[in-house]
Amino acid sequence: MKSYIIPEYTVDIDRDRCIRCKACIEQCTYGVHHYNAEKEAIISRNEECVNCQRCVVFCPTKAITVRKNQNSYRKNYHWTQDMIVFAKRQAETGAVALVGMGCDRPGFTYWDNLLLNASQVTNPSIDPLREPIELRTYLGRKPSKLDLAFNGGEAALATELAPQLCVETPILFAAMSYGAISWNAHHALAKAASELGIYFNIGEGGLDRRLYRYGERLIVQVASGRFGVHKEYLNVGAAIEIKIGQGAKPGIGGHLPGDKVNEDIARTRMIPLGTDALSPAPHHDIYSIEDLKQLIYALKEATDYRKPVAVKIAAVHNSAPIASGIVRAGADILAIDGFRGATGAAPKIIRDNVGIPIELALASVDQRLHEENIRDEVSLIASGGIRNSADVVKAIALGADAVYIGTAALVAMGCTLCQRCYSGKCPWGITTTDPEISRRLNPEVASRRLVNLVRAWSIEIKEMLGGMGMNAVESLRGNREQLRGVRLTDTELGILGVKMAGK
Amino acid sequence: MSMNSHLPLTELKKSLAVINAESLDRRVLNSFIKRVAGNGVGNVRILNVYGQRYIGTGLNSGLEIEVHGTAGNDLGAFMDGPSIVIYGNVQDGCGNTMNTGLIVVHGQAGDVTGYSMRGGKIFIRDNVGYRAGIHMKEFQNTRPFLVVGGSAGDFLGEYMAGGVILVLGLNWPHRREFTARFVGTGMHGGLIYMRGEMRHLGTGAEISDVDEDDMDQIGELVKEFCCHFGFDSDRIMESTFTKMIPSSRRPYGNLYAR
Repeated sequence: MKSYIIPEYTVDIDRDRCIRCKACIEQCTYGVHHYNAEKEAIISRNEECVNCQRCVVFCPTKAITVRKNQNSYRKNYHWTQDMIVFAKRQAETGAVALVGMGCDRPGFTYWDNLLLNASQVTNPSIDPLREPIELRTYLGRKPSKLDLAFNGGEAALATELAPQLCVETPILFAAMSYGAISWNAHHALAKAASELGIYFNIGEGGLDRRLYRYGERLIVQVASGRFGVHKEYLNVGAAIEIKIGQGAKPGIGGHLPGDKVNEDIARTRMIPLGTDALSPAPHHDIYSIEDLKQLIYALKEATDYRKPVAVKIAAVHNSAPIASGIVRAGADILAIDGFRGATGAAPKIIRDNVGIPIELALASVDQRLHEENIRDEVSLIASGGIRNSADVVKAIALGADAVYIGTAALVAMGCTLCQRCYSGKCPWGITTTDPEISRRLNPEVASRRLVNLVRAWSIEIKEMLGGMGMNAVESLRGNREQLRGVRLTDTELGILGVKMAGK
Repeated sequence: MSMNSHLPLTELKKSLAVINAESLDRRVLNSFIKRVAGNGVGNVRILNVYGQRYIGTGLNSGLEIEVHGTAGNDLGAFMDGPSIVIYGNVQDGCGNTMNTGLIVVHGQAGDVTGYSMRGGKIFIRDNVGYRAGIHMKEFQNTRPFLVVGGSAGDFLGEYMAGGVILVLGLNWPHRREFTARFVGTGMHGGLIYMRGEMRHLGTGAEISDVDEDDMDQIGELVKEFCCHFGFDSDRIMESTFTKMIPSSRRPYGNLYAR
């Protein structure tokens, strides 16, 4: 069948600048560039280009420009070009259209409608360059009161504290599995988390033994496929997260295609070589809050009650009552992943239409847990669309204890959000299991980039806290007085628990 | 060996600990089992079990556990090595995600028995509930086996990615047909054997001929089953068997456009 899909991008090569070094041919994993000996020129097949910018960055003479194709269908605000191409692709394949990364549609980013406060005259701001500002955060169930035992004038803590995770800054690397991302990317994230004193959630694909040495800075995940889950795995991490859902694809499971399941992936996931790694939509032992409680306590039993157990859900319409149930089921940490959360592969129709923005879910969950007097029994981690340190600060002011960053971490390592993670050909060596392409990502360099990003954000967070006159991130948690809204309706302001700017 | 005196330890010989679980909270019971396992005891006999959960969960020793009574949910979950014999019924999720080991149930088992197990063997004398053997997988040299003497509920072996399920239907001698629905739906590895015929085949599974190797494998499992429960293996092996295999190792290979 002839494809009616028009190229999305055009590649322009400045013939005067081009030195025919063929670096672009080498770098492109999609086979866009070819050398035509007769014309002594690089010829590009626009229809294969995904706009990953790899050739642009690696062209030594900066001769390449990738542009949105100016050739387009007649302008239509309802039937956008994306919609037309989407329908045509399905008409040609009869299949579910896949996409990578998070929702790219406009209009769902509430961070940009929220503005932060700063001190003026009546309370002094604090200069973080001169004075200490505390970002260290403990994640886990907190006691509602502390009992002390006195022994001959000496006081000792009598309350048994629940296990806690300690992060030096309230940022964690979000769940990304080995298989979805390359070995080098997985390694870089583990190494960076270790250096930063934060945590990397290794995702649902098991843990390669070579990474066990980072165990105390890893959160291991248990998802419906139970890949690579065994006694040692559960005990090697600092905490265990039960993955119920993911913001990019609430309500559906995951399929790592069999062609990505090579020997290393099969060994780590503990599954047969070359078979689809299927994560069913539900855990088949969890059909209720009571069942969830059963798995939480099975994991606690298997780890002698020494590790916090987290539960991750996608932000959906009833997040608040679901969150209440999860806390009552015994979760120590609740992670909520919002509408813009990313993925290695999801049906586009699900990614762009299912779930709700994290800002609204987070605010309503925090509010609900406070109303029920159980907010202290759990730590909240918000994720799905955190782009910079201001988003982190706003999330904390809306009630989060910490945030997960996934896309931001990938961007730090080289990702350009071309959204083709599912192809397995990531030209930046991140979302691929091809050993040759993976080598493009040097774990040492990638880890340095990650460390730099989080350090820079931490400094900025301190600046913002200091500006608000606070010397500890704890003072900001759920402190919505520090937020004001713009361009929001009364209903939106009400759900966010935030006043209009000027009020 | 030091034991807390308030724990209901009724008997302690060189390698056998006997625990009276009556009115014991599961956390206390399980911490006690772990403690004796760590102290070199080889056998534990637990009496008067009334639905306590997680017996043997996360244990990775060579401990042999006898359970008298009704074991609760998630018995032997994540376990790696122990053998557990239950004189009574077990509730849901027995052998959940187990790695290796043996579970023998002189009675029936609830839903999701052997969920996601990737090694070891489970023998159930009577029936199992819904979704037994769901998402079983094999891995390198480990292969899980689930043998059910009675019948099994719907969704048996759904998403199965490896291992062997054998359903004998012994408690319905007049029946020639296995009537559970959605059996092997979405399976992409492993084998399911049934004594007699089966009525409903799940999407993604197909019937295949039973050859000599299959009969050898069935024969071995039946022999082991009969060793545990005292049935006549020759008599069982006189029956005909049906075999189900996955249609594809990539059931969703064509579902997505790239």
